[in-house]
Amino acid sequence: MSAATTVTVRVRAFARMRELLGEGEFEIVVPAGATLVDCWEALRARNRAIDALAPATRIARNGRVVARLEERVADGDEIALLPPVGGG
Amino acid sequence: MPLFAIVRDPIDPRTLEAAVWSEACGGIAIFLGVVREHAGDGRPVSGLTYEAHEAMALAEFAAIAREVSEQHAGVRLGIVHRIGDLRIGEIAVAVCAAAPHRAQAFDACRYAIDELKARASIWKKEHYSDGSGDWVSN
Repeated sequence: MSAATTVTVRVRAFARMRELLGEGEFEIVVPAGATLVDCWEALRARNRAIDALAPATRIARNGRVVARLEERVADGDEIALLPPVGGG
Repeated sequence: MPLFAIVRDPIDPRTLEAAVWSEACGGIAIFLGVVREHAGDGRPVSGLTYEAHEAMALAEFAAIAREVSEQHAGVRLGIVHRIGDLRIGEIAVAVCAAAPHRAQAFDACRYAIDELKARASIWKKEHYSDGSGDWVSN
């Protein structure tokens, strides 16, 4: 049995980030061993305008905000793109 | 109703009040965030749209409630936030804090709404009367 060569990650995007990416929930396929940086590159391919939001956007992996984008993603992970919040 | 909720239908604060009430409490502080007719910069607003990462927002509500419990023993907190399209005057968020004494109830309620606005995974788009709109952060 050979190791999988790709992983599928579920992306959730909100607010302006959702508008720029065209939908709020979708999947991307990245190479096995990919990090969150690689995921971001895959998202940029949809719309490079997300670059402008990058400095203010937090990324959560499976519900927890990550400190380092060098974290690797695993098959089935949920990656959430969280712009500055505006509740209340 | 549950103490923490994200809902799509109008919020009835009395239901949340009933959920936090207990025989040990002597006061209930209620904060209601309602949709205002103008933006922070004065532009006329016709309505708001909210969206949320529901699981993360609910986890944050529960974390805020735990912090409140550490600050004030015996306080019961309830938080409900609405998402979707809201009109002027509608309730976007209700925070209820029930406590043995009023000072704790006021403190807990204030703390909870301030922290919710800073931390919860909820977003708000203002719709202006000229047809444009902007996502606004706190």
